[in-house]
Amino acid sequence: MAETLSNLVLGFSIALSPPILLYAFVGCAVGTLVGVLPGVGPLAGISLLLPATFGLDATRAIVMLAGIYYGAMYGGSTTSILMRIPGEAASVMTCIDGYAMARKGRAGAALAIAAVGSYIAGTVSVVGLMLLAPPLAFFALRFGPPEYFALLVLGLLVLAYMSSGSMLRALAMATLGLLLGMVGIDQMTGYFRYSYGVVELGDGIGVVPVAVGLFGLAEILATAGLPAAPQVVKPKLRELLPTRQEWRDSAWPIVRGTVLGFLIGIVPGSAHIISSFVSYAVERKLSKRPEEFG
Amino acid sequence: MLTTDRVAGAALVLVALVVFWESRRLPLGGFRNPGPAYMPVVLAAALVGFGALLIALGGKTSSLASVGWTEWRHAVAIFIVCAFAALALERLGFRATIALSLAFLLRVVERRGSVFSAALSIAFAAGAFFLFDTLLRVPLPRGSLGF
Repeated sequence: MAETLSNLVLGFSIALSPPILLYAFVGCAVGTLVGVLPGVGPLAGISLLLPATFGLDATRAIVMLAGIYYGAMYGGSTTSILMRIPGEAASVMTCIDGYAMARKGRAGAALAIAAVGSYIAGTVSVVGLMLLAPPLAFFALRFGPPEYFALLVLGLLVLAYMSSGSMLRALAMATLGLLLGMVGIDQMTGYFRYSYGVVELGDGIGVVPVAVGLFGLAEILATAGLPAAPQVVKPKLRELLPTRQEWRDSAWPIVRGTVLGFLIGIVPGSAHIISSFVSYAVERKLSKRPEEFG
Repeated sequence: MLTTDRVAGAALVLVALVVFWESRRLPLGGFRNPGPAYMPVVLAAALVGFGALLIALGGKTSSLASVGWTEWRHAVAIFIVCAFAALALERLGFRATIALSLAFLLRVVERRGSVFSAALSIAFAAGAFFLFDTLLRVPLPRGSLGF
């Protein structure tokens, strides 16, 4: 523990120096700009902006890339809230209620709550990971195919549970989604399934293109070419901030989301997507007004 | 009566049948040793079941005629542009494809002025190419004409 703390002090002494903070700020700003591009998530953002770090030393480059990652993660929620287009897979759930808030003129509040929630959860998770990394890594490495299967079944159960309408429709759509997931190389045998000679389909169909098609394209088709231009809401600065009641309503969901995201997020793979789905389902279950969701 | 649920159920059954048909080229395997077609076929069978249930139980949902399709022209135009962009990107190059697609969307779908549409489309295509290809060194397709 003493060695960990000593390393932490050394790390903070470097990270908190003004030039490093400036690179972190620039990384966050650029990452947010990239993240708001529909379909461009943190990994794509880092890949795109990697050349920008070529002239930097290792510390500054890593800090800037970390800033880009966090900025792009937050940028993804921006498009989800304002345009109903998820920037990356973990923002899919933000589309549902974030966009609903935006349509009620509370886009600023939704963005602020997303930013604060993201900051708190990210910071707490990083601190937790620093202190508990060895046992957590031991636990995560014990995850094999049966555990992943169980986690995915949990995700599907949550999906069926979350559906507010007909269970039959929810199950039919879940099956259709699983069928879309069958496109690409079969992991067990190496066969190309339903790729029709298109090499790009070998990797399968990602969550982001499907989510952008479901949420974003539908919105574009519905609003493109409207005879009257949509009314642009021009709120005052005070109206952009969440109200006390909104902060009160969001406080416990942020705490619960932080814990759930940290616990599920230590599992390698697509846990960040599942954790957002599980958090949404938990909040809906705990809410006294579940009918207001979505 | 044709209702939305019944049409959706029929579409799901159709998708499942396509999956059955396309899976015939892949080894099926068995429960203990599943082949690459096993899981898709199981899912397609489930989809046939769900689709059939939707057809059977979907008589009370809203009729297909009551669904408004007022934006179908825009939908067709946007899908045509998407198809054009997908096919032309490698052949015409990034700049020409994006400029043409954007100009069409602005002029035809959004009904903006010709000069504005052309200027914005060319500026956006050139600017995006400069940002990604030149500054960030992400190789974008140039097409046979060098654009």
